[in-house]
Amino acid sequence: MSRQPLLEISGLCADYGQGPAAVHAVTDASLVLHRGEVLGLAGESGSGKSTLAMAATRLLRPPGVITGGEVRLFGADGSVLDMLEADYAILRVLRWSQISLVLQSAMNALNPVLTIRAQLTDALAAHEPHLSRKQRHARAVELLDLVGISSDRLTSHPHELSGGMRQRVMIAMALALRPQVVIMDEPTTALDVVTQREILEELKDLRDQFGFAILFITHDLSLLIEIADSIAVMYAGRLVERAPANALFRAPRHPYTLGLLSSFPPLHGPRAPISGIPGSPPDLRALPSGCVFHPRCQFAFDRCTVDTPPLSAVGARTDRLAACWLQHGDKPVPAELAATEPAETELAANVSGSHPPEADLYTPALGTEEPVQQGSTA
Amino acid sequence: MTAPTVAVPDTTVAVLEARSLTKHFPVHGSVQGTGRRVARIGRPARVVHAVDDVSLALRASQVTAVVGESGSGKSTVARLLARLTTPTAGDLLLGGRPVPRTQRRHLDYAKTVQMVLQDPFASLNPIRDVYYHLSRPFKVHGLARSAADLDDKIAAVLERVALAPADAYLHKYPHELSGGQRQRVAIARALAVQPRVLLADEPVSMLDVSIRLGVLNLLADLRDREHLAILYITHDIASARYLADTILVMYAGRVVESGPAVQVTDSPAHPYTQLLLSAAPDPVRVTPVTLRGAGAPPSAVAPPSGCRFRMRCPHAMAICAERVPPAFPAGTGHVSACWLLAPDQGKSQHSQQAGHPAGSPPKASAADQAAEPGALDDSIGGLGEEK
Repeated sequence: MSRQPLLEISGLCADYGQGPAAVHAVTDASLVLHRGEVLGLAGESGSGKSTLAMAATRLLRPPGVITGGEVRLFGADGSVLDMLEADYAILRVLRWSQISLVLQSAMNALNPVLTIRAQLTDALAAHEPHLSRKQRHARAVELLDLVGISSDRLTSHPHELSGGMRQRVMIAMALALRPQVVIMDEPTTALDVVTQREILEELKDLRDQFGFAILFITHDLSLLIEIADSIAVMYAGRLVERAPANALFRAPRHPYTLGLLSSFPPLHGPRAPISGIPGSPPDLRALPSGCVFHPRCQFAFDRCTVDTPPLSAVGARTDRLAACWLQHGDKPVPAELAATEPAETELAANVSGSHPPEADLYTPALGTEEPVQQGSTA
Repeated sequence: MTAPTVAVPDTTVAVLEARSLTKHFPVHGSVQGTGRRVARIGRPARVVHAVDDVSLALRASQVTAVVGESGSGKSTVARLLARLTTPTAGDLLLGGRPVPRTQRRHLDYAKTVQMVLQDPFASLNPIRDVYYHLSRPFKVHGLARSAADLDDKIAAVLERVALAPADAYLHKYPHELSGGQRQRVAIARALAVQPRVLLADEPVSMLDVSIRLGVLNLLADLRDREHLAILYITHDIASARYLADTILVMYAGRVVESGPAVQVTDSPAHPYTQLLLSAAPDPVRVTPVTLRGAGAPPSAVAPPSGCRFRMRCPHAMAICAERVPPAFPAGTGHVSACWLLAPDQGKSQHSQQAGHPAGSPPKASAADQAAEPGALDDSIGGLGEEK
């Protein structure tokens, strides 16, 4: 995979409201999205993941305000544009053609009184006015075909389509102008698991075909581990960990990631009690001091209640970042947060779809559980 | 006063049993409550086949999970069991005795069977505090002797759902509580009347990921400590595997497979269960996903003849269109409504075709099964095992 950056978010801050009463929904978020990459953004409701996407695309509506940071969009010709500085005329050209957005609720995102054709060709008409009506129609047929919907649906209205088909139409719309970056905010959350899987598989094929990059936002970390190349985890408006997907799953470095991973019951192996995370996410209006996660953290110590840990590299790896004093201080790192990462060869083997030894892969990284005796010996 | 200790009940008789429950909702207008159907002249009355011929037994100290997609009829099953909806056909047995169809003695029934709804943001009244919500069941059922007794009982029921100290929660309003705390209040409200059956309809799907486990573990605790019979309705088969003793998989209004939770998820016998498992998020999946039977559920108004999954099924045969498959044994306590399991279909064919769905985990070893308390002492007589 080429590591050419397409979208670089650095130090982005976004608030709701102004003055002392402002709620800091996103604080100092930094992300890089590379060409052809699926970057997962995981977090619970209220963690700021949608606000981050909206701020980065300048779609944040009042009372949301962007209070700092930079969002650089790299063009195919080597040009760089700061999205936060760009004026609306430029943004209008960039939207759909460079960056597009797929929202969670396709029922609300589609206009109920317009046909699918009208909505699919709208962006085409606005961005490529030289296209004739016929050409736009042909392109709409082609787009529906991409997502596996027959062209006679062009004259349907949204209510005549199933939830999965509506979401596919949204994806087709987002791809209408072959953007480089597609931001997907919980695109499959409202769907049944089989439909969700179908759409994810289609998305993977489309990504391979067109090479766009996806920022995939979801609360479902277990899903993200399967589909994303790298993952960023958000908690209470801050990024707490960034890592390649497999490394994050096998060897989490932040206690919140560890807790989140142990919140998903596994589909295999003997059943063992798992605990999730005690407490509940903080109120953004009254954030705890120091590390925002410390009241729920089993490893918290004095420093965590005072200083906010920076999101910085763990050890020598540049692609592994964590915002935790355990990783950056002189404290010994608990075994649960110091698991050995899978070797690169194993990762490569996994990506290429061949079968590494199963016994290895079925061993969970979570230190809180007993080692699993797998059934491969049966 | 703490939770009364309940003697370990007899698990041989189901606390609540449903026999061939069926619920059809009329598509065209019907007069509410009378069941009288006002069909359009010249047209046969059409119905939505929400639930067809569903039988299940809820036993003390057991969690029974109903797993299915939206529209599979799983919530209708819960509503039928709570008697919020009258069945079109079929019977309910409470403690082995038939429940009369009239609503006359509904309060008695509600005292034994209680329900927890999906959305604790909607199921609690935003202008009433926790005390009010928890005082209602005691008042409605006449369970408190005095004001002081009521206060004691409310405090005790809050402690049963691990909201302690009770004083810290009594006068909070729903908006002052987190989602997990709200759902605990809803569960406490259901527990107030000392029910023997708790029907939980997607109790964690509206909650944040990190606090779901807390509520699931609370349900497990209530099962173990208070010997409640719990129905857990969910679309998340992984959480059903975690919590439940028995899993029923529903598809288009029918139960397609049921059995011990681990056995159903490790050795699914029905092609639909296999599809569901292959589509579920699974971080340790090694092989690329192959969905065998992708597509959408059939119309509930005009379901296909025979097996309702046959239009999507990769193994569909002639007989699947002709007759509804009965429940064939697929292991100890494990049944599947699939013609592939019919004795005359020959097991060899099935083990080749359907035994190992793509991307499914290796079969759990016998040791795993033995270590699993809910799985009894099954030696896997499951399908697709080498004989």
